[in-house]
Amino acid sequence: MPNLILRVVSKILIPPIIIFALYVQFHGDFGPGGGFQAGVIFSAAFILYALVFGLDAAENVISTSVLRFLASLGVLIYAGVGIATVFLGGNYLEYTVLASTQVAGQHLGILLVELGVGITVFSVMLLIFFTFAAKGRA
Amino acid sequence: MVFDLLSWFCLIAGGLTGIIGAVGIHRFPDFYSRTHAVGVTDTLSATLILLGLAFQAGLSLASFKLGLVFILLFLSSPTASHALVKAAVHGGLKPLLESDISEKKS
Repeated sequence: MPNLILRVVSKILIPPIIIFALYVQFHGDFGPGGGFQAGVIFSAAFILYALVFGLDAAENVISTSVLRFLASLGVLIYAGVGIATVFLGGNYLEYTVLASTQVAGQHLGILLVELGVGITVFSVMLLIFFTFAAKGRA
Repeated sequence: MVFDLLSWFCLIAGGLTGIIGAVGIHRFPDFYSRTHAVGVTDTLSATLILLGLAFQAGLSLASFKLGLVFILLFLSSPTASHALVKAAVHGGLKPLLESDISEKKS
């Protein structure tokens, strides 16, 4: 089997990369991190998989149509949180009205917005990579 | 005190190995020996510096994170060197042999 070392090492490394991306995502409101960085790290795991195991294997894991759906879902979550705060009586993206106390509301709001950012960044990064990588195939 | 001394010893040794690798990448004659110099010293230097920092941090969350960074570097750094050299071989780069060097001198 060609590239045995790369295959074994990337199989070991991909799960920790994904866990680290989730850590950056959900620890982003206490420390360094956030949606953008987490999305890029998350997509880096998939790009590593595509580089080592091939583009077809990666597209079997997550197809471009799912990625397009996720890319718009993230924007929908972001905008939806803003619209929800408007319906709850605040300004657009005024998180304080989301929960019973101000602090809890801000916490929930920033978590949801960052989740939307993370999903969109992840799927758009992967879409860009797949688009450029598929150019050589056709 | 003992941990401070150990920590400084590790940090200085790690810095020195890093410098040795940098000298190697500048002075060795061809791609493979340069990659060898930096591929060997890079992992050791990073390990020693992380160990020195872990002695400073003691048994805490910081040293646990340093351990995670060590595992990542320990796996990824040699793999990166391997992939680089394998790509060079695949691309048809010939290693510099002893006969090539003596021909150049004469």
